[in-house]
Formats: sequence, C-alpha cells, structure tokens
Amino acid sequence: MNKNLGWKLGLIVATLLLFLFGIFGIPKDFSGHGLLASLEDRIHLGLDLRGGTHLILQVQVNDAVNGDSDRAVERLKEDLRTHKINYTEIIKPDPVNHPEQIVLKGVPPEASSDLRSIVSERLPEYALNSGAENTWTFSMKPQALAELKNRAVTQAIETIRNRIDQLGVTEPVIQEHGLGQYQILVQLPGVDDPARVKEIMQSTAMLEIKQVLGGPYGSEQEALQQHNGVLPPDSMLLKFHGIGSRAGEDSVEQYYLVTRSSAVAGADLRAGGASVGRDSNSNAPDVNFVLTNEGGRKFAAFTGSHVGEKLAVVLDNRVREVATINEQIHDQGRISGGGMNEQTAKDLALVLNSGALPAGIKYLEERTVGPSLGSDSIRAGVRAAVIGMLAVLIFMLVYYHGAGINADIALILNLVILLGFLGFSGATLTLPGIAGVILTVGMGVDSNVLIFERIREELRNGKTPTSAVEQGFSHAWITIVDTHVTTIVSAFILFIFGTGPVRGFAVTLTFGLLANLFTAVFVSRMIFDWILSRKQRGEALSI
Amino acid sequence: MEFFRNPNIDFLGKKWYFLAFSLVFSVAGIFSMLFWHGIPLGVDFRGGTLVYVKFSHPPNDTTIRAALEKVGLRQARIQSVPANNEVLIDLDVRETSEKALDQGKIQIINALETNAPAGKLDLNNTSSLTLANYLLEKDPLHAGTDANQRYAAQARAIVDYRDKTKGGVLSSFAELNRVADPAVVAVLQDGFYLSDFGVYQVEIVGPQVGKQLQSQAKWAVVYSLAGMLVYLGFRFEWIYGVAAVITVFHDTLITVGAFSLINKEISLTVIAAILTLIGYSNNDTIVIFDRIRENLKLMRRETLSEIVNRSINQTLSRTILTAGLTFLTVLALYLFGGEVLHGFSFALVIGILIGTYSSIAIAAPILVAYQDWRSGRGKQQPVTVSASKGKPGTGKGRGLASGQ
Repeated sequence: MNKNLGWKLGLIVATLLLFLFGIFGIPKDFSGHGLLASLEDRIHLGLDLRGGTHLILQVQVNDAVNGDSDRAVERLKEDLRTHKINYTEIIKPDPVNHPEQIVLKGVPPEASSDLRSIVSERLPEYALNSGAENTWTFSMKPQALAELKNRAVTQAIETIRNRIDQLGVTEPVIQEHGLGQYQILVQLPGVDDPARVKEIMQSTAMLEIKQVLGGPYGSEQEALQQHNGVLPPDSMLLKFHGIGSRAGEDSVEQYYLVTRSSAVAGADLRAGGASVGRDSNSNAPDVNFVLTNEGGRKFAAFTGSHVGEKLAVVLDNRVREVATINEQIHDQGRISGGGMNEQTAKDLALVLNSGALPAGIKYLEERTVGPSLGSDSIRAGVRAAVIGMLAVLIFMLVYYHGAGINADIALILNLVILLGFLGFSGATLTLPGIAGVILTVGMGVDSNVLIFERIREELRNGKTPTSAVEQGFSHAWITIVDTHVTTIVSAFILFIFGTGPVRGFAVTLTFGLLANLFTAVFVSRMIFDWILSRKQRGEALSI
Repeated sequence: MEFFRNPNIDFLGKKWYFLAFSLVFSVAGIFSMLFWHGIPLGVDFRGGTLVYVKFSHPPNDTTIRAALEKVGLRQARIQSVPANNEVLIDLDVRETSEKALDQGKIQIINALETNAPAGKLDLNNTSSLTLANYLLEKDPLHAGTDANQRYAAQARAIVDYRDKTKGGVLSSFAELNRVADPAVVAVLQDGFYLSDFGVYQVEIVGPQVGKQLQSQAKWAVVYSLAGMLVYLGFRFEWIYGVAAVITVFHDTLITVGAFSLINKEISLTVIAAILTLIGYSNNDTIVIFDRIRENLKLMRRETLSEIVNRSINQTLSRTILTAGLTFLTVLALYLFGGEVLHGFSFALVIGILIGTYSSIAIAAPILVAYQDWRSGRGKQQPVTVSASKGKPGTGKGRGLASGQ
C-alpha cells in the first residue's frame, strides 16, 4: 500500500512542478516582482485585457480577378494581332458579378482552330466556349479562379504584414479569418489609434501616372456637360483627393478627366524606391520615387511627347497631384503638396515600398480596447476570481472538515494545472477566459461534492471508511465522466463557432475540466488512501 | 456539518406547481420577446457602433445629446455611469454608413471635441505612434541617431501614464513632467490640447459580420443541444436525451426571456454564458439521471415515480451544494467582475438558478410523464385516467401511475 502511495505521490509532485514551470518558467528571482514578471511573460493576454485593436477585413477578390482578366484581354488582343485574326470586339460583359468572363465577338469561322490553339497555349487557365454568331466566351476555369482568389488573400496578408511590421507594432496577428470567405483578421496589441493604421493597410498602393485630358471640374455633372454628356473613349473621371486630408475632409470637390491607360503603373515602381524628401522651395515634406529601367523608358517616352501638357499622379484611383510637364523626365518622380506633413509623407513612402495590394479591402468589424479598460478588466477579473475561490475554499473546509482540506488541495492543484496549460500551450487568456477560470472553480468543486456526498451516504449505510471511500469514488466516477463529457462538448462547439474572447473562454473551461478529472478523482483519492492508511481500524473519517 | 440528512420530499407531487411556475416565466419571456422589448441584440449581432467614453468630470447627458444632434446623430442612445464618469454611446447600423465603417465613431469624437483649438490635436485621444512621430518632427531633445527609440519611449511613457495611472484622461500638461522630459512636455503644448474625455473602448460591427455572428450563435446553440441528445441517447435511453434537451431549452428560453424582460442586450459573451448554462444545467440533470439508472437496477419493486423521487432526494444535497458553490463564484463575478462581464455573469446567475430548478422540476417529471403516457396508451390502465382527473395542485399520488 505504502509503495503504491509512493509512486502516486511522486506523480502528483511531478505534475505540480511541471505545471508550475508552465506558469512561471524559470523565474530570475523568487521575489513577488520577479514571479509576476515571469508570469506576464508566460501567459499571453488577449486584446481585451492588454488593449489594442481588432479588425476584420474583407479582400475584394473580384478586383484581383478583374486584374487577371484585364491582362488576359491585353494578351489576347496582342496574339490575335500577331496571328492576323480579325474580330469586332473584346468585352467583359459583367465585370462586377462575373469578372472572370471575357467575350470575343466577330471572329471568322475559319479562324476558330487558330483561336483554340492560341487559348490552349497562351491562356491555359481559361475555358473557351463558342456561342452564336461567331461569338466566343472565355471564362476562367473554376480551379484557377479559386486559386487566384486564395492567392489574392495570401498576398494581401503578406502585404499588410509588411506594412504593419514597418510601423513597429509588437506581436501583431495577421491571418485568414476562418469564419467568412476571403476575410482577414488583424489584431494589433497596443494600437489605440486604428484610423491611421487602417488608412495604411487599406491603401492598395496602386500608383499610376496618367495624362490629364481635362479639368478640374466642380462636379461629375459639370464634367459630363463639358463633353456633351458622353466621356471621350478610353478616358475616365477621377476625384481629386489630397494626401494630407482624411476621408471626407476635402474642402472643395474636384474632378479630372484622365486617360484610362497609364503611362506608368504600380509594377513600374522600383522596389524600395520611395523615400521621404523635402521640397527645395517650400521645405515641405514630399515623396520621391524611382522607376525601374523599363518603367523609366516608358515614362521618358511619354513625357518627351507631352511637354507642356498635364499629368496626374493617381493613387488608389484618386488623383493626388496634377503637374505640368516642363521637360522630359526619365526614371525619377516626386509627389508633393496636397497638405502632406511628415507623417503622411512617411506613410505614403511606406505603402509604396511595401508593394501594392492585389485587391481592395473593406472593413467589416473594428474593436478597440483602450489599455486603461484592459487593466481595469484584469483587476476586476482577478478580484472576482480570488473572492470566488476563497469563498469556495472556506465553505469546503467548514462543511467537510478534514475532507475539506482534501478538496481544497485538489482545487488549488486544478488551478495550477489550468494556468500551467495556458502557459505551455500559448493559448491567450481573455476576460471571458478569466470567467472560465472562475467557473472551473465552481464546477470543479462539483466533482468533490459528488464524491464526498456519496461517501457520506455509504458511511450512513454502515460501511467501513475504507469501503465507503471505495464505493464513493467508483459510483461518482461514472457520473463525473458523463457530466464532464457533456460540458466539454458544449465548450468544444463554442470553440469552433466562437471568435477571440469567446474562444478563450472555451479553452480555459475545457482545460479546467480535464485537469479536474485528474485532481478531483486521482489526487483526492490518493489523499484519502493516505489518510486511511494511517488510521486505526474503526477510527472515523473526518468528512 | 450537514444541511440535508435523508431528505424525503415528494418532488413529483408538486409537479403542477412547477409547471405553473415555469409557464409563468416562459410565457412572460415569450410575451416580452414578441410584443414588448423583442430580443434585445447587442452590437455584435445587430451591427452598429458602440463608443465608451470616459470623462474627467461627471458627464451630462443633455449636453452630450445636444452635441451629438448637432452633427446629425439623432437616434444615438446614451447611457451614463456617473459613478465612473463613463458614458456609452450606441449607434444603430442604419445610422452609420456601410461604406465607411468608422464614420459614426469619428462623428461622435468630433461632436464631443467642443472647444478644440484650431490646428491642435487632442492628447487624450492620440496614440503613441502619432505622438512619437510628432516628437520626431519637433525634435525637442536634439536627439541624434537614437532619436527614434528615444521619442518612442517618451511617447510610450506619456500614453502609459495617461492610460494606466490616470485612467485614460489627463487634466493638465504639468502632471506629465513626472514621466516625460520637460522639454518634451513644453513642445507638446504647441501641437496638442487636452479635452475632457478619452475614448475607452470602441466596437464597430458591420451588418455583414452581425448577420454572420447571428447565424453562428444560432448554430452553436443547436449543435450543442444536438450533441447532448446524441450523447445521452447513447449513454442512457433516447427519452433521457429528449428530457434533457427539453429541460435545457426551457432554461435557455427563460434566460433569454429575462434579458428581454429587463431589456438587457445579448452580446457574444452572453451567448457563451448561455452555452455554459446549457452544459451546467445538463450536468445537474445527468447526476439525477445517473442515480435513477442506478436505482432502477436496485429497486425492482417500486414504481418509476417512487424511484425518481428517491433519486432526486438522494442527490439533493449534492445538487444544492454544487449549485450554491457555483452560484457563489458566479455572484462574485457579477458583483466584482466589472462592467464588461456584466451580461455574461447575469446570464449565469439566472442560468444556475433555473438550471438547478429545472433538473428537479422539469427533467425528472418528463421521464415519469412519458412512462405514464406510454403505459396509459399501451395497457389502457384506469390508474392513469383517474390520476389525470385529480385536482391540479393537491399533489397527493400525482404521477404515481406507471407501467408496473
């Protein structure tokens, strides 16, 4: 018997040490301060406790699909020209709902086999269907389409991470959000000013330089009136939006008519080529950028042939600056004015350097917890936990006397294992998570109550202490398994369906209940066995 | 110490009282959900904007409302907690545009910045990033190569002092001298001013996410009930599973009804609490069912209702103790756990009371009623008929009919 108790005690002490390590690691010093520091190091606090910003954003994947099919249209036009195939027009019939479709009209029947070979060779990701009157429909194959959309999300995550990293946010979470399609979850601990971060993340950083055909106009109607209600072919109307001004703050509405095609597009920008400088005249901050060799050639050709005309620097489909071309420009450009200050200039250089987003982003959810609220919540949560725990511990002592000590030891060990679990697994502790800890105390003590009540009952029925303990544990065990399984089932469902803080609750509840199986049954039993082994025959059990 | 020693209460005999009690609360809840408050959904589910603001002085609802109406936010709900100088401003999703999700928040903050000097930023609502950038630009310390780190540290110290020591609202620049370089504090006054409030917490949920969360919450509850039905059907008999699910449904209905009656909003964490209560109430039910199963093997002579009564009595002291202890911890959470967990702990306070009551008053009687119904139908026993003719509430011999 004693030998048996020996290894059990060893196992319990080993578990205790293991999970204490889980909570504190190896602390540098054993003062209260040192322990607290190592505790904070091991247990990750959720955003709701440490403060920060939580965002859910949606990647407009159709943008990426449109981009791909636009390039396909260009490639197709080029190939049709080189193969001397005639056609009347190429259009995208429904860019909003079906960006993956391209319609080619008026191809002579005798060219159909050539067309097929071009498509299978040059546009393998598109399926070709013939329709009536020499019309052909290209649509992206479902697999390629799905891949493209997923790639857009991955790229968006990559780009956003680049930008956030440059902002110096510690431990950001940027990952796909499993609950919705093409959604990204961004958690930024310590960032309490989401407006600026959002602006930086949201910028698709599509920098283009276009030729200005007309403007500025006071409104879209005015622009249309100037052109007799119809815009010239291959042109578009863009709104002016200074860089320094935030959304909706432009004092005067201005529109410019620009060419649809760009002299310079995002891909022509040299990687890392954007930097903050100062205007030589006004000493105001500006952003310089350098183009690639290819881009530089294109830009030189464009500016050389348009001296005296105007060009527009367009970022994210908004005109940021309009300037007159004084001379031929090669591979360097500059964005200035627009009320830029040091910070907005820096942010602009940052987004230009981190690369363009493959698609636009829409915000779906934003939660910001100020750090003062976070520390208030921790205080309140810990206070509630300590009070609840003490109340339970004292009650068990009063109600069950000697066995109460047993229950209290089991309960404290339960808590140590639970917190150790959190330390080891790197799971985050949220405010509902603290509630889960408190609830674990309440529900964990249930196992002890079940067992003790059963033992009392067996004792009342005249059993000896040894057999009462034996019977009490074996009867209660079945019930405990049933109750734990059902609660863990609901915690598991909560974990699958929940997000953030709610998940934290499910995690602590599950860990707590699992630990409870060990402490309330195994540890409690060992303590009883130890007490019984020291008692004389017939001596009563304190319960 | 012992509260109960061999209790022998005829619980099944009181089933009409129980039924009446449950009906009153369920019907009141349903009535409120249908005709009165509806199901008050929190911002998580209905979408919208929620801004918690902390003031440096006791807030004045009328001034705040006037300021909000000035910027066109007429339907805003304002709820103040004068003790903590806190105000909660709540906008519906209809009021904020879907395109610019944070427009409502910006409007609220702008509305509250009533006496902002032109060109200056509000230090109480500035992030450390912005502050560090400002300092970098002004360079009051004439820092060299380590300027970035030094100003970031200064900005961090100022923001930490504001948030952790002052609870989010600074009232004078002078107090910053304790944590930051005087040169830094001096230059701060050129670009910043101090408003009388700080934004404590913001929740903005777009309509799409709201709908998504709504359906998730519904499915979470449904799956959790289905999981229980299957597990209990497998461990016991299917009628036990059905009884447990009806019981848990009853608990959920009354808890949600209570939220509707007092018009308290149901948030995501409240759903977590409801799922916990489903688990808890089920715990309680299983303990009694387990005992019934055990007693069915031991007591072959007695009728089912005698067995059920005995089982409830045998587990009664455990039921009350556990409920009491769990209630104690949840009460601690409700009283000391802070504002954020209020809804959560409120749901659990109600849930534990109802969950404990229902395993005795609903789950066990269903088993007996089912047995009665089956034997009454199968054998046409006159006992069942006469039993159901008795005056409701007299209690004696109620439900004693069984197939045996």
